Amino acid sequence: MSSSPAPFQTIRTPDASPRPTKIHADGVKVIYGTKQALHGVSIDIGEKSVTAFIGPSGCGKSTFLRCINRMNDTIVGARVEGKITLDGEDIYNTDLDVVELRARVGMVFQKPNPFPKSIFDNVAYGPRIHGLAKSKADLEEIVVTSLQKASLYNEVKDRLQEPGTGLSGGQQQRLCIARAIAVSPEVILMDEPCSALDPIATAKVEELIDELRTNYTIVIVTHSMQQAARVSQRTAFFHLGHLVEEGPTDHIFTNPLEQRTQDYITGRFG
Amino acid sequence: MGPLWLLALIAGLSLFGFAIGRWKSVALAREGRQPMAARPAHYGSFVLVWTAIPAVIVLILLSIGRPYIADHAVRAHLPDNVLADETNLSLAIANVEQVANGLKTVTPDEMQNIKIGVVTARSVFAKHGVPLAGDVEPYQLAAAISLNAIRATLSDITDVTVSLVTALCLVFAFIRIKPRLRARTAVERVILVLLILASSVAVLTTIGIVLSMLFQALHFFSMVSPANFFLGTVWDPRFAAAGSQESGQFGFLPLAWGTLFISFFAMLVAVPVGLFSAIYMSEYASSRVRSVAKPLLEILAGIPTIVYGFFALTTVGPAIRDYVAVPFGLGTSGNNVITAGLVMGIMLIPYVSSLSDDIITAVPRALRDGSLGLGATRSETVKQVVLPAALPGIVGAILLAASRAIGETMIVVLAAGVAANMSLNPFTEMTTITVKIVNQLTGDLEFTSPQTLVAFALGITLFVATLALNVLALTIVRKYREQYE
Repeated sequence: MSSSPAPFQTIRTPDASPRPTKIHADGVKVIYGTKQALHGVSIDIGEKSVTAFIGPSGCGKSTFLRCINRMNDTIVGARVEGKITLDGEDIYNTDLDVVELRARVGMVFQKPNPFPKSIFDNVAYGPRIHGLAKSKADLEEIVVTSLQKASLYNEVKDRLQEPGTGLSGGQQQRLCIARAIAVSPEVILMDEPCSALDPIATAKVEELIDELRTNYTIVIVTHSMQQAARVSQRTAFFHLGHLVEEGPTDHIFTNPLEQRTQDYITGRFG
Repeated sequence: MGPLWLLALIAGLSLFGFAIGRWKSVALAREGRQPMAARPAHYGSFVLVWTAIPAVIVLILLSIGRPYIADHAVRAHLPDNVLADETNLSLAIANVEQVANGLKTVTPDEMQNIKIGVVTARSVFAKHGVPLAGDVEPYQLAAAISLNAIRATLSDITDVTVSLVTALCLVFAFIRIKPRLRARTAVERVILVLLILASSVAVLTTIGIVLSMLFQALHFFSMVSPANFFLGTVWDPRFAAAGSQESGQFGFLPLAWGTLFISFFAMLVAVPVGLFSAIYMSEYASSRVRSVAKPLLEILAGIPTIVYGFFALTTVGPAIRDYVAVPFGLGTSGNNVITAGLVMGIMLIPYVSSLSDDIITAVPRALRDGSLGLGATRSETVKQVVLPAALPGIVGAILLAASRAIGETMIVVLAAGVAANMSLNPFTEMTTITVKIVNQLTGDLEFTSPQTLVAFALGITLFVATLALNVLALTIVRKYREQYE
């Protein structure tokens, strides 16, 4: 695959009224040791909207997502080539502090991973390390607002001091979203955030994603085509480390231009 | 034949049984009239087990019974005045044994001479290298002759019985091999019993050790009051001459203090160094560094503690005396608490670091990712997420190291000395409970005086203390385990 001679061409359909670009990627390649996981991905991600990455397992969508806040740095032997900019600033620039980047680009993981601390401390974790709160009251306000934004506050307001690990799976995932929001990021990356949740919890998280779109740029990786269709404005289809096609969600799902996209969304492979 | 020969015979026949059992099952399978219920190896093992186990049990029972019968035979020949003397009876029987051993060496000619009284049995035995304490009494000679005869008979009976049992069982098991025989279940049941026996050995031994210590310790407390022992501040057992009523003082507190003081310094060294190296190994070191450094660190755990003792005695102790204690006027001895604590701490580093390393590595990656994804640095992640999550396990590791420190003896003897002191100055000589146990139990012993029995009281106190620590550690570790499963 990696030695395919013809340069790969991504099929792009622009929005009718394009949003300003928040994230711009140009020829991003990722190599894990000797295995190349991404073969040059280029995409523009619009501000204050939800972009969904779909594609079969092992297609590189999660790998690309993890490039956007440089989480691949934590994997031994991973190498990233190409260029990604956030508001025009190269995030792989050696001058850039990765810690600062991750404060601007938050992440929610596939499996809910609350810290073994109280609900309050889970949400307060980010603001504390970044010194976002000037006083105790300030911190409390941030925690409460974040929990409210994650539509979790009403369920947990009486037990903020109980461990976050004691919540149900769906609540844990919303706690993780609240934790990410508390740092006031500009971008939230979500790596299959609902794959460990039941349908009711999934519906709540999706509703939440839709609300968050007004303030945050959201990139979500999902295996569920329905979910991509429900929550996203733009969809990108990945296959075998290539970005095959990207465009407005309704366009991708009703009128895909590429055969493989068509096959995937109609369930013929994947 | 001796028991070793019998065991060899049993082993040989059992292996033979395995071979023919297997062969028969293969033959039956080839006939193919009925499907076989188990694999050929199971039929082989079935015959093996059936041949070996009954034979070994019979052999053990006979071996246990033989001395009683021989003893009975000897008593029959002893005159009434010897039998009446309860205290020296066992000595008299031992004397007969001695004569019986001597008789095995003499030739028939010499035997004749002894019987008619031309030479004494003692001189003949001495010629053959069997020394006797006194001359042989006629009744002893008679008893010894009958003892030898009985023994020979018993030995023959054993040989015949065991051989017969082995052969019969072999045949019986071989005949039982049929296609429908559930050989697999039978063999597996035997293996299960073996497994149960193996695990009960450890449990029973522990119970035995505790009981033996407990009775001796109770004996000690009947002579010295528990209040004097647990609350006494002076350790001076005074190895008094036999018969003297001076009992000495058995104050436990100086030893307990020495143990705690030395362990405290050991933990002061081992915990930070061990923990920091564990954090480095698990969070920062590249896999190449880790693969070299971790085994190197674990080698420390393989060094015998006496070698650490040499190191303390010849290097650390004098250095601390010459460069710290003497210049600051804190002490003049090369044996001191600081030396023992330092060297013991080094010994304990691998226990703390290796266990903590495993525990830290076991903290799920998702937690680290969650923290890093929020913009925390590696160091913040370690301090605020990884360590708190691993804390229960780390505490368990530290407590395990602490119980090692409390039980350590060799380093203390060489590094801190054997003087029981109670002082706050770590540059003085001090000693620990285990060292004193060794002290009280070396030399010519008599398990009736408080001087020796105190060792058991110390031992059981130490046992209870370390057991409590271990239980605490295990409880914490178990709690930790539940958190992530």
